[in-house]
Amino acid sequence: MWIIKRDLLLAIRRQSDVLTTLFFFIIVVSLFPLSVGPEMNMLRVMAPGVVWVAALLASMLSLGRMFSNDYLDGTLEQMLLSPQSLSLLVLGKAIAHWLVTGMPLVLMAPVLGIQYDLPVDALLVLTVSLLLGTPVLSLIGAIGAALTLGLRGGGVLVSLLVLPLYIPVLIFGAGAVEANMSGVNFDAHLSLIGAFLLVSLVLAPWAAASSLKVSLE
Amino acid sequence: MLQGMNLACVRGDRELFRGVNFSLEEGGLMQVRGPNGSGKTSLLRMLCGLSNPAAGEIRWRGTAIRSLNGDYFADMTYIGHLSGTKDDLTVIENLLISSALAGFEIDMQEASEALEYIGLGSRQVLPVKVLSQGQRRRVALARLLVCKTPLWILDEPLVALDVMAVKLIQELLEQHLKQGGMVVMTTHQEIDITAASITQLQLA
Amino acid sequence: MIPIFSFAAIVLLVAGLYVGFFVAPTDFQQGEAYRIIFIHVPAAWMSMFLYVVMAFWAGIGLAFNTRLSSMFATAIAPTGAMFTFIALWTGALWGKPMWGTWWVWDARLTSELILLFLYIGFMSLQAAIDDPRRADKAGAIIALVGVVNIPIIYFSVQWWNTLHQGASVSVTQAPAMATTMLMGMLIMVFASWMYSIAVILKRTRVIILERESHTAWVAELQRKETV
Repeated sequence: MWIIKRDLLLAIRRQSDVLTTLFFFIIVVSLFPLSVGPEMNMLRVMAPGVVWVAALLASMLSLGRMFSNDYLDGTLEQMLLSPQSLSLLVLGKAIAHWLVTGMPLVLMAPVLGIQYDLPVDALLVLTVSLLLGTPVLSLIGAIGAALTLGLRGGGVLVSLLVLPLYIPVLIFGAGAVEANMSGVNFDAHLSLIGAFLLVSLVLAPWAAASSLKVSLE
Repeated sequence: MLQGMNLACVRGDRELFRGVNFSLEEGGLMQVRGPNGSGKTSLLRMLCGLSNPAAGEIRWRGTAIRSLNGDYFADMTYIGHLSGTKDDLTVIENLLISSALAGFEIDMQEASEALEYIGLGSRQVLPVKVLSQGQRRRVALARLLVCKTPLWILDEPLVALDVMAVKLIQELLEQHLKQGGMVVMTTHQEIDITAASITQLQLA
Repeated sequence: MIPIFSFAAIVLLVAGLYVGFFVAPTDFQQGEAYRIIFIHVPAAWMSMFLYVVMAFWAGIGLAFNTRLSSMFATAIAPTGAMFTFIALWTGALWGKPMWGTWWVWDARLTSELILLFLYIGFMSLQAAIDDPRRADKAGAIIALVGVVNIPIIYFSVQWWNTLHQGASVSVTQAPAMATTMLMGMLIMVFASWMYSIAVILKRTRVIILERESHTAWVAELQRKETV
């Protein structure tokens, strides 16, 4: 998939974009202890939710870039006119988006979990839940990004469209960690996120591709 | 053969044109003319399948392009106002990627030759953001050399080009037409191309 | 057609409210406050039903490129959002005397809230796009994505809710309803139906006139009406 390679190459040439998303994630997570107090017991309870909400926001903020650069310089037109399947191209772009924004969040999450004094196995579950869940965010986000392409105020609109759709992932992502901490079996949570991932892998690129066609018409 | 039948275009509340008919044979060049805002770009975007006509039908070799989809795109190269180049990538990377997107995987050698021909030989490894407007245009047009499609749809290909480059592109078009290719283009400049058939399509 | 439905809506509304507030017996468990369900339940039903109808027509518009069905979908959205809002509002009013709190993170309430977000998302997306055809299609896609998601969201929230039993109150208790209560409720449901049909048809008409304002027949109509 050369399009993944291309988007990664572009990201490497423009590292600041990747780093801003990551730092946004770190800052949001670090703000919570400052606002609710350093009570460790409370922080431990909040941790999964806080990390997940921050991941949601961080991945949403970077959605705008997924198509807008290609839209502005005309590459997107060429993608639509490509004999290759547009859904596959979109899938490639979503994967690249995840590698550039989702993956760093997954890697950073254990470190932030330590800030919240999470036990080791909870850290592990948190990382796995993010690993399964963040690609879903990129895939669903692609639909929102494609729909709001080139609109004024598109950035705010995309959050309005996409955040309600993120809710199931949030519930089960944070839920898996909580279940683990309270000693309940968390397999069901993770397999549900896995199911979301599979469903969105099939449906989201297709929906995003049709949205792109609509947006460019 | 590319045919347009009774095409109409509506933008917002305004009807730009209606009842546009044409038929372009192999080896033919069609020049779309008209003042600013007469719908030239809209017509070209319709012809390449980016937008649907408000009425009428476009046929490629007798079949409506709407039902051809990918097969039509494999036969057609469109170069619009936007160059489709990435500022952060080098000239040669841009060409490799845009031709891969169009379904033509080329190697460095071919890409390098094409850039040489179009006059960017010494700038292959520079990022596109340092190039001038005309040079960027050349990067986009270099795609015509490597993507061997029969139908070219070009929106103002000569804009921002210097005299040498204009001559180069005209040669390129002539050669393409001679080999039985087809060209639909808009331009405000006078063009000096000999071809089997040249049609003018005037939009009001 | 519109006057008939409007008339029916008003008559049924008055009848329904009368039955609901004066005829139906006072619930011995919940007191007088339960009467709010005469508004709450029909509103909640309509809010969900209208979303599905909206997505259906929007989908038809996208698939077959029929403009009227897209306009119809656009016309449904504000009414649907209104019913969602009423359902939420009356739900909160009901919750206060019943559960002692305005809001509980119950599966139904939460899903209803998310439904409101989906309606608002649909409307703001359409409002942000200038070209009506593009607005129709973009709206259709988001409406369809929403339809796929509503059940997922509903079950997610429900599941999540069962894990956090502490705060929740079971709303699913189904007390045997007195016939008059049921009557009142049904009349109110029909009233909501009539209201929705009347308003949506009217709004569709306005949208058609707006969009076709450049065509000859609209100009003709305008000329006639002003004379």
